[in-house]
Amino acid sequence: MIRVVLPQHLRTLARVDGEVSVDVPGQPTLGGVLSALEETYPVLRGTMRDHVTLKRRPFVRFYACEQDLSHEAPDVPLPDAVASGAEPFLVVGAMAGG
Amino acid sequence: MSGVRLLVGTRKGAFVMRSDGKRERWEIAGPHFGGWEIYHLKGSPADQNRLYCSQSTGWFGQVLQRSNDAGKTWETVGNQFAYDGVPGQHLWYDGTPHPWEFKRVWHLEPSLTEPDTVYAGVEDAAMFKTTDAGQTWHELPGLRTHESASKWAPGAGGLCLHTILIDPANPKRMFIAISAAGAFRSEDGGTSWRPINRGLKSQQELPDPNAEVGHCVHRLAMHRSKPGVLFMQKHWDVMRSDDAGDSWHEISGNLPTDFGFVIDVHAHEPNTIYVVPIKSDSEHYPPDGKLRVYRSRTGGQDWEALTNGLPQRDCYVNVLRDAMSVDSLDKCGIYFGTTGGQVYASADAGDSWTAVARDLPPVLSVEAQTLA
Repeated sequence: MIRVVLPQHLRTLARVDGEVSVDVPGQPTLGGVLSALEETYPVLRGTMRDHVTLKRRPFVRFYACEQDLSHEAPDVPLPDAVASGAEPFLVVGAMAGG
Repeated sequence: MSGVRLLVGTRKGAFVMRSDGKRERWEIAGPHFGGWEIYHLKGSPADQNRLYCSQSTGWFGQVLQRSNDAGKTWETVGNQFAYDGVPGQHLWYDGTPHPWEFKRVWHLEPSLTEPDTVYAGVEDAAMFKTTDAGQTWHELPGLRTHESASKWAPGAGGLCLHTILIDPANPKRMFIAISAAGAFRSEDGGTSWRPINRGLKSQQELPDPNAEVGHCVHRLAMHRSKPGVLFMQKHWDVMRSDDAGDSWHEISGNLPTDFGFVIDVHAHEPNTIYVVPIKSDSEHYPPDGKLRVYRSRTGGQDWEALTNGLPQRDCYVNVLRDAMSVDSLDKCGIYFGTTGGQVYASADAGDSWTAVARDLPPVLSVEAQTLA
């Protein structure tokens, strides 16, 4: 299971508290985690990436293991620590609030 | 027992306000969807408990909410607004081509008769429709693919379709307005459209002041008993049409300034209209620091200032285009919200005003529902 920390607005939208966990079959990738999140919480479709192009929304960032994964290709494997559940995958609203 | 429900969209959430027919005391519920921008909420004329709400942020995009119980509970519905085919290009602020990109839903207009049918006006400008209570949305592409669309350009708020009016006598006749393209009319339920901007003049904004499209129309209003008579608050100029938009003439008359955003019509008097003059396009606040609603009982030209209960000094708020509404009680109630977070109500057609709320986030929209 992949541990995911969603930003507050998306936790509210998905009606969850704290961390969530999603099952990603095979080698976990950035795109795989996002797909699993959208499958588990359909209300998140369109909020992190475009419905059709699957392009990341401009003000959404993805972090894990103190690395910025926002610009990684969707099929790049996630760090081992995320895949093992030792570290969470973070979905972050970009710092743009003043 | 009769009453009024106000649906108030703000920069940081939605509020639902309720009063009985006296409209003296209000219960305020909210914020719903705290932290999200609520451009618009509106109830179905066919089911007063069915509400639709446009929720968005720059971070996480567009979300649509529906309530079946007058706003007590909400459920998320479909948020996929995909343009039909290749979206094409419009003009950018500097006149260069720019691709059509969906940003948000500005306005929701429920069908007059079908609770599950709603029209959505979006940025970049296009009209969408749902017939399954918001689960799925499809574009009515005849508007965005109009032959003039490549000449449309955004106003300061974006290339937004912000007004949708449905003719109660003929629901296939619809009027919409886009900043900054102008007004358009459909006779076939939104399949095809024609510009209706003859008589509008934009001397400062357009190279051809009388152009067929490109005018920054801020708002349209109509009385349900006279759907061929339209009123318009343009960027500058308050306008009127007596032929369903085929031609327009100016009715700014003695207004202190004819810039503004809102315009609305009295529920029982088709010739009584309301505007809130704003100083200028670069100074979005009332002239002289005095918040004044202006009322014309003659369908324009002759205007009177309504000030009783409104701040008459040091007031520098704006009233945005979707932030005025009327109820249909007797006497007609009229409501508006400000960018300073105030919601004002008048239970006597504008003669006197009280603040329903004073410290909300900036108000984006106000809709009044008259409750049976």
